[in-house]
Amino acid sequence: MANSYYDPKDLRKFGRITEWSEELGTKFFDYYGKVFEEGALSSREKSLIALAVAHVVKCPYCIDAYTKDGLQKGITKEEMMESVHVGAAIESGATLVHGVQMMNKYEKLSM
Amino acid sequence: MATKSLKAKGNELAVSNKQLEILNGGIFADGELPFFKDKIQEIGHFPLRPSKLEILQINVGYMCNQVCEHCHVDAGPDRKEIMTRETMLQCLEVIKNTGAHTLDLTGGAPEMNPDFRWFVEEAAKAGIKDFIVRSNLTIIRANKKYYDLPEFFKKHNVHVISSMPHYTRGKTDKQRGDGVFDKSIKALQELNAVGYGMPNSSLRLDLVYNPSGAYLPGDQMALEADFKKALKEDFDIEFHNLFAITNLPIARFLDYLIASENYEDYMYALVEAYNPAAVANVMCTNTISISWDGWLYDCDFNQMLDLKVASKVKHIKDYNEELLNDRNIIISQHCYGCTAGAGSSCQGTVA
Repeated sequence: MANSYYDPKDLRKFGRITEWSEELGTKFFDYYGKVFEEGALSSREKSLIALAVAHVVKCPYCIDAYTKDGLQKGITKEEMMESVHVGAAIESGATLVHGVQMMNKYEKLSM
Repeated sequence: MATKSLKAKGNELAVSNKQLEILNGGIFADGELPFFKDKIQEIGHFPLRPSKLEILQINVGYMCNQVCEHCHVDAGPDRKEIMTRETMLQCLEVIKNTGAHTLDLTGGAPEMNPDFRWFVEEAAKAGIKDFIVRSNLTIIRANKKYYDLPEFFKKHNVHVISSMPHYTRGKTDKQRGDGVFDKSIKALQELNAVGYGMPNSSLRLDLVYNPSGAYLPGDQMALEADFKKALKEDFDIEFHNLFAITNLPIARFLDYLIASENYEDYMYALVEAYNPAAVANVMCTNTISISWDGWLYDCDFNQMLDLKVASKVKHIKDYNEELLNDRNIIISQHCYGCTAGAGSSCQGTVA
């Protein structure tokens, strides 16, 4: 057992989750694969969305995986960083929009 | 950016035995990853055997005006291995009588061989269907004596295949050296100006893309569409096809993988992307690679690892196509580079 929670090498073992629940694991990976296929969105666009979400959910494995995926697809570092900002903007916006709730409560409680 | 070859630096990876030791040892010897031999045995392809010979690939020398970070040849200005006219004459005999439909000249920068033009003129007379020269583009702008190369290629109906790692300056220069992008763009425009790469033109101009780092190439068609759009919009450049080529863990790319601590991950990625459907069409099954000094190899990569063909015929002076075709192809773990994903060869994907 490693003495840290994240080990980059664990990403290679992701597929092994299927060993302890074959049906659910297989369904998940089939679904996952299908989601990232070329569709109404290009696989390039999907890769950038995944990179932004990876940052928002703060998944180090996903960040490694989708930085590499972006490089493979010829996505530039400027495009990658902008996608991270999109994630960050939504995340900070989600915090700040709650400011309205704070304001509402403040007004309600104040004379 | 490298300025000297591994050989000139006295790097231990300049010795092919050391490279093979790494490729056969470590994570493979430990059983962490399967040997390539075992993977192809599973699908009945071991020993790997040639099919019909289609391509003669001749490496006319390791001298190059560039010192690219990923170069599996370890080419550069300091490499003095250059094919002599005597060996070229032996090659011409073979070219005249071969059953192969494609002649593929590579290097180094093949244009730097002092007998390059003579050799092209003579080889063109043999009337081989597809006559390729792999040009790094910047050579066309390197010196006045090369400025007329586009016209020279056109005169001999040469099919030009050129490297272009990205359609942005930063990525290109990082892999290939400062100023390479601007020179390559200018060279492409000049090739276009004489008719190369134009829609419906019979003067073929293809580009080779290989990743600038420790990752595999993406989908060849998607990359081609991105390159076409960007080069057309930004520089009004046209070309025919883009070949996405996987970097093989050999020479300078192997040195980079090890130094950047990416070697294990990269080998994992190659093995994970192993595609059995690519095995039947790997380029060693239809190619013979000839080195500057006339030795014969299964492919340019085996040439750099000094793995000569496993045949009675090992040198161009004894060339015999029938005997050569009856051989087992020499493999090692670098071969995973040609079977990853959609497969990889000097002609792009194979599966």
